[in-house]
Amino acid sequence: MSNKIVTPEGIKLQKKMKRKERDEKIKKFLKPVIRTPVVIFAVFIIVTLLIVAIGVNPLEVYSLLLKGSLGSKYRIARVLNVWIPLTLCACGLLYTFSLGLWNIGIEGQVMLGAIGTTAIFKWFYPQIPAQYAIFAGFLASIIAGGVWALLAGILKTKGGVNEIFAGLGLNFVAQGLILWLIFGPWKRPGIASMSGTEPFNRELWLSTIKGFRVAPIGLVLAVVFFISTVFIFKYTRLGLFFKAIGDNPAAGTLFGISVNRYSLLAMFFAGAAAGIAGFFQTTGVYHRLIPAISSNYGYLALLVVMLANFKYWPVPFIAFFFACLNVGSIQLPMVLKIDSSLSGIIQGLSVLVFLVIYNFQKMKERKS
Amino acid sequence: MAIEYTTILATIVSGAAPLIFASLGETITERGGIINLSLDGTILLSAMTGFGVAYKTGNILYGFIAAGIVGMIIAGIVAGSTLFLRVSQVAVGFVLALMCKDLAYFLGNPFSRIQGPQLSYMPIPILEKIPVIGKIFFQQNIMVYLSYILISATWFFLYKTKLGMMLRCSGENPEVAFIRGIPAEKLKFLFTLLGGFLVGVSGALYSLSVKPGWGRPQGAEGIGWIALAIVIFGGWEPLKVALGCYLFSFLQITGILLQDRFTSVPAQVFQVAPFPLMIFMLLIINFFNKKEVQEKAQTNRFLKILAKIFKASPPASLGKVFYRG
Repeated sequence: MSNKIVTPEGIKLQKKMKRKERDEKIKKFLKPVIRTPVVIFAVFIIVTLLIVAIGVNPLEVYSLLLKGSLGSKYRIARVLNVWIPLTLCACGLLYTFSLGLWNIGIEGQVMLGAIGTTAIFKWFYPQIPAQYAIFAGFLASIIAGGVWALLAGILKTKGGVNEIFAGLGLNFVAQGLILWLIFGPWKRPGIASMSGTEPFNRELWLSTIKGFRVAPIGLVLAVVFFISTVFIFKYTRLGLFFKAIGDNPAAGTLFGISVNRYSLLAMFFAGAAAGIAGFFQTTGVYHRLIPAISSNYGYLALLVVMLANFKYWPVPFIAFFFACLNVGSIQLPMVLKIDSSLSGIIQGLSVLVFLVIYNFQKMKERKS
Repeated sequence: MAIEYTTILATIVSGAAPLIFASLGETITERGGIINLSLDGTILLSAMTGFGVAYKTGNILYGFIAAGIVGMIIAGIVAGSTLFLRVSQVAVGFVLALMCKDLAYFLGNPFSRIQGPQLSYMPIPILEKIPVIGKIFFQQNIMVYLSYILISATWFFLYKTKLGMMLRCSGENPEVAFIRGIPAEKLKFLFTLLGGFLVGVSGALYSLSVKPGWGRPQGAEGIGWIALAIVIFGGWEPLKVALGCYLFSFLQITGILLQDRFTSVPAQVFQVAPFPLMIFMLLIINFFNKKEVQEKAQTNRFLKILAKIFKASPPASLGKVFYRG
């Protein structure tokens, strides 16, 4: 049967095809390699121009950002305190983004997690021992954050409300809820103020290593959550379903996978991760409930995941970079009299430039 | 008491003016099928620009123009990157919403907490003498009058002109528009720019009239998201959207009045009200868009009336972009 006629032209063609295949492989590998420095360079140029435009020496700004974030043990501790909730939120968002859901409501889910923890501490603390209270607060944060996310999810699947607007609305509701709690039922004895509720008893603070103000439990939580996220996506059926539905919802339905059920599950995972971030914020960082308990980490996590191109492996690194920017910029107003929002500009600009370059590459590929 | 009520109503009308500019701008944009999610950042950046330019030049008009141009540039980034590079509209808009806010704080630092120019009152000569109505509607500044004109102009443009129809067609079904010889992409781009200009003007209206001055926070934070919510609340129809703006302004003023009663509750709690309302409205809209409900409405007269009021559907291609090949 194998009477193939091997001609010199045929061999040439085969070789050509093979070469082409190899070239494409290299190209595919090179793309992110080229992209990253281009993005960094473009962002660097624009930010430098911006700083020069307002009449400040950019070198001073960059050295301050670096020293302010990684200059001392104390500062690194602060960076890690930002990195933990940011990574948690970003990992949670990986689930919703894998289904193509825009979980903007993550900000509110962090707040609800914080409320859940505070509620347990307020209602049960002196009655039950501190360790149990912390554990109960942890569970409560998962439930509260998850339920808040499910609310947006149910509005989407049952009510047909776009998850972006449902989430956004719920964020503002959560913010209102926190303010009401701080000024109403949980107000400080004496006078209620924007500074938050009465600080918790020291027993309820997550314990830290001496001289290094980061709770190891927080680090463990973030790392474990990240690794399990990677594991779920890489090695389990669940992760496969998430990816499959995200790629093609119609096919999911055909194969008997309920898209709605998986959407709700993804929302719950994201909400739970955000809830844990809220738990860490209340017990590990602020030790009370404050109006800005979520510190915009939910929105920032959305940027992290976008910059990671919805893949999991760059998430911790980008989160670390963003955390450095956040902490490093705190000193800008005091030392150089410029606004600390420079960090937000760098973060946003990175994502914007990345989106443009990424899609530019994709378009060129489509054309060729 | 009668005088007080008219004062409150006049405040509601003037407070709604910037919202009308922003949400009608967004209505035009979304009717063309593009969703510009960057409103919150755009309003703040243009508010800062408007105030800064008006302060430096001493001319309020320049402030408004500069603010409008800033809004236009941001809208141009959204429209350009989605139409030409196929970037997700939601992603670009969201990033810009966060970034422009930070950019406004960063660049606006030298202007914070200084006294600057303000839009002055300009009662309309004869109309202001009408009892009650005159006080509410015609003793305002010029931008409030322009907001009345804008409402009717937007409605007229969208429903009574050929260009408006072409824009709506491009938003509903760009493929058909293209086949019919309508330059869908160009229209989308142009009217996203126009929408952005209006949003920018609304930003300047905050820093030059409603909440004069610049600072961190300015006071217009969150307004962009509210404007986006109002567009949905109004079902993408200019008149309903304008009604939504007045309703929101009413809620805001009631919030302030209620705060005098309940001093322990901060004002922000009352400002939350529009958001559950928006979610509820979306639920209702979706309920009446369901096939079963619409079929039932054929026989049930009560349902029919309700369905008529609440029937609204987003432009069919909203958020998606049509690519010619």
